[in-house]
Amino acid sequence: MELRRTMLFIPGNSPAMLQSGGLFGADAVILDLEDTVAPGEKDAARQLVVQALHHVDYSGSERVVRINPLDTVGAADIASVVSGRPDALLVPKVESAADILQAAALVEAAEAPGQGPVKLVALLETPRGLAAAGVIAEAHPRLTALALGAEDYTAALGAVRTKEGREIYTARTLVVNAAAAAGIQSFDTPFTDAGDEEGLLADTRLARMLGFKGKLAVHPRQIEPIHSVFNPTAGEIAWAERVLDALRQAEEEGSGIASLGGKMVDAPVAQRARQVLQLARRLGLATS
Amino acid sequence: MVQVLRPAQAGTLESGDIFIQIAPAAAGSGLAIELESLVLAQYGQAIRATLAAVAAAQGVQDLVVRAVDRGALDWTIQARMLTALSRAGVALKGGTP
Repeated sequence: MELRRTMLFIPGNSPAMLQSGGLFGADAVILDLEDTVAPGEKDAARQLVVQALHHVDYSGSERVVRINPLDTVGAADIASVVSGRPDALLVPKVESAADILQAAALVEAAEAPGQGPVKLVALLETPRGLAAAGVIAEAHPRLTALALGAEDYTAALGAVRTKEGREIYTARTLVVNAAAAAGIQSFDTPFTDAGDEEGLLADTRLARMLGFKGKLAVHPRQIEPIHSVFNPTAGEIAWAERVLDALRQAEEEGSGIASLGGKMVDAPVAQRARQVLQLARRLGLATS
Repeated sequence: MVQVLRPAQAGTLESGDIFIQIAPAAAGSGLAIELESLVLAQYGQAIRATLAAVAAAQGVQDLVVRAVDRGALDWTIQARMLTALSRAGVALKGGTP
């Protein structure tokens, strides 16, 4: 699975920002054709994003394009940007499995022969989308993740949007569970106050605690704090190594039961330890 | 030969961008480019060459172009020129924007 601790939005009609998008170390960049592009500039942004995909080096960041909703100009976006060979498309305002099937069919029709399959990420940001999270997550093999968009969602509910985020607790857990049930990733809504690092850290800690695999970012300065939360700590890595050592030792001794510090190492503990070490190795943080 | 049907513009005056205005020209008049750029001495020829190449690739021969460059890279110039041509009524080859 892709490492996607951060997915950084880049306005699709800004040449300077498209050019510099790969400099910040985000795991993925989202070249945006939707909310950051004025209605009269959608055509210009499409051209710019296609050219950027062909010519700009995003330094190892996964290249994602957020298209417009399929009931507006999303189909035209797909017809254009797939030629730039993005890694994935972020499909906004997904409300049903049919939306994903439609996007997948349009992408397939737009792909050149031999082109690797463009993946899909579904942005759930309406009450209908959240209500259908489970079937959306299972809709198509191209779908590799669900992401939560809380601003549109809370506006539709008439809820008060707060930094603490109690109003989106249910939505968050719905997205994480639906994605996990389908074996795909989940990404948390962006923290929109780019000047509040403490708030961002608290919000990201909550996202990680709930099981999200990463967080959308609206400003380059958010990348490092988000990574710091999603990266396993030295203590977590050391614990995970001890767990796996205990399992190895139990196996060598022919014992079916491993224990660590007087506590039994059961299957969920072993799984958690393996996940920590897998991520740590990927980030170059673990030696074993 | 492809005809430009109406005046059109694309791009902005922001740093890293280029603002392009185009207008139809009489048949046989060729390509006329008026270019303003802070780096005219260093890159003026290259910018003109890119504008001309995009027009030629779309089959447009007669055209008036006025461009104000703010340090745009080649890929931006190509994108903005393609957008201007599309907005001017040219059905783009190789996919539409």
